Amino acid sequence: MKLELDDIQHYLLTRPNARIAQYDFLTFRNPESGRNWISALLHTVGNVESVLKSEDTDMRWVTIAFTYNGLKALGVTEECLSTFPDPFKQGMSARAKMLGDTGENHPDNWQDNITSPDLHAVIILFARDRIERDRCVKEHRKYLVKNPGVEILSTLLLEAIPPFDYVHEHFGYRDRLTTPVIEGMNVTPSPGSHPPSKPGEFILGYPDETGEIQPLPKPEILTKNGSYLAYRKMQEHVGRFRDYLKSNGNTIEEQELVAAKLMGRWRKSGAPLVLCPDKDESEVGWDDNKNNNFDYAEMDPHGYACPVGAHIRRMNVRDKSVSGIMNRRLIIRRGGTYGPHLPDDAPEDGADRGIAVFAGCADLSRQFEFLISVWSNDTEFMELNERDPFCGTQDGTLDFAIPKRPIKRKLKGIPAFTNVRGGAYFFLPGIKALKYLSDLR
Amino acid sequence: MNNKEWSTPKAVAISKDTKDWEKGRYGPVPPKSPSCYGFSVIAKVKPGREQVVRDYGKTIEAAIKGDPNVLAPLKLHYLKWVLFDVGSGLHFMYQGIFDTDFDKYVEDAIDLFNKTGISTVFENFEDWPEDWRTNVPAVSKFFHEHQHNSFLEYGEYPFVSADEIKKALKLKASFEDMLDQMQ
Ligand code: HEM
Repeated sequence: MKLELDDIQHYLLTRPNARIAQYDFLTFRNPESGRNWISALLHTVGNVESVLKSEDTDMRWVTIAFTYNGLKALGVTEECLSTFPDPFKQGMSARAKMLGDTGENHPDNWQDNITSPDLHAVIILFARDRIERDRCVKEHRKYLVKNPGVEILSTLLLEAIPPFDYVHEHFGYRDRLTTPVIEGMNVTPSPGSHPPSKPGEFILGYPDETGEIQPLPKPEILTKNGSYLAYRKMQEHVGRFRDYLKSNGNTIEEQELVAAKLMGRWRKSGAPLVLCPDKDESEVGWDDNKNNNFDYAEMDPHGYACPVGAHIRRMNVRDKSVSGIMNRRLIIRRGGTYGPHLPDDAPEDGADRGIAVFAGCADLSRQFEFLISVWSNDTEFMELNERDPFCGTQDGTLDFAIPKRPIKRKLKGIPAFTNVRGGAYFFLPGIKALKYLSDLR
Repeated sequence: MNNKEWSTPKAVAISKDTKDWEKGRYGPVPPKSPSCYGFSVIAKVKPGREQVVRDYGKTIEAAIKGDPNVLAPLKLHYLKWVLFDVGSGLHFMYQGIFDTDFDKYVEDAIDLFNKTGISTVFENFEDWPEDWRTNVPAVSKFFHEHQHNSFLEYGEYPFVSADEIKKALKLKASFEDMLDQMQ
């Protein structure tokens, strides 16, 4: 079944060379202004085909997605709304307890009005640089002036941090090494990566890994070619993280090893510990034919190289006996870093910084919620009595085991290197669906 | 598992009231008991299907023989399948003891049920959703609705997981091996 690339928003399937992105979270004070706003912006929304074809000349990179309350506010009927899945209807904050967002990570502590029932939509503006971003933001403000019933609840600015020669987050880990490949996109997965996923794992209306097309929520014109986006805003406590490395490693080399053990990859090059257990090897990290060419079950069953609780080993178990359906637990990660860079030698300055993850999938519960509630936050995972050191809820009471002969080493009392500061579920409709929404009466 | 909890047998009476139970992705989750997690699912067999259901015993025996580790992700201790009729028609009882709550790995379970032929046996029971291949929430609902919670659970070696038992047995075997080598 051929992908309707001209009807799918570009956000999950392309990766235009944007360094900066503004995310405006919006509310519709009345249905008409919401619809008019969509209608006016429709020509700026990029589809996969157009963005792939002319990334340099055609920078129509706008993306629009809606919450359940947003679809309701635009006038989608109750009858149709009732056919959407529960997680989307309830929203992320209503499911916080199940996800494991407790204590400091509780939605009471989330920012940006993100838990407000008035949160209806997000518009994402990608740009090459700040000047272009400012132009886009100004343009968008014009649309808002024309549609005064559409208001900004909050804004999130994502921007690459220095050094700019490689993509990394505030703790210094190289990022964007792994991503699912989708059948029909003509991309060959790098060695060791998952075989191409059936499109239905990420886009509604296509066969998924079971071979079946899941029934679409109604009306089909609204949901065909759409995806769900799970948004997670995570503050990163960089000073705390660096202090922890220092108190658990006497030399720079030891500290780097501790950092690598927590992640499963070396910070600078992203080289996987399974292939480079003792020291970073940039030839491996920078070689896409090597940096995912490993598994855990055969190559490192006990975790002597990559601890069983390391972030990338929890998020992608690469072992059939842990999950036989890893191909159904994948997400497409989008987003980036927010807040100012903290230079290596600078003390913690208290500034708000972190990452925003937008996880694209076809089934919020099976894919995103499973990763967070079970593999990130379940202390019973692999009988570790741990949580994920980066995306799990931590408060200093849990340890992190580093398997080692003759006896394992324990990193004691993992503090909250991160905190959840926001989250929401969005539906990212296809292009025809946007038109349908703008035409609702 | 902390220190020597396993060495003291333990029983726990479980209240009928489930309102304080944690919510999983698909519904309330029973707390872990001294006999780990588990369920007792009871469903009515469609008329005339007894032999078909019984024959599945062999099918599944063969599936596990072919790939002994096929059910590993479910973290199982035991499965027991029982057919009984106490005057209200033939019923099927499916009891499983797991180290992880069923809700967490329900999609893995459904996939494995499909692979090993367990799902097809469920087609012989009343209320099994027709769209079980695609509808995880409906399958999960079936399990929740047909699950009968224990009011008492007992563990001779409480909270011990199958992995821990296997580790202990492996250790014992290697220890014996070591003693042999030292003769
Ligand atoms: C502050 C929090 C986080 C940090 C610092 C972080 C960092 C990283 C890094 C550096 C990688 C390795 C690069 C790569 O494989 O592309 C990675 C991989 C990954 N992360 Fe995170 N991440 C965070 C939160 C999350 C969250 C919230 C999710 C889930 C929604 C997530 C899911 C994943 C997945 C699925 C992978 C790929 C693993 C693999 O395929 O081997 N991460 N993360």
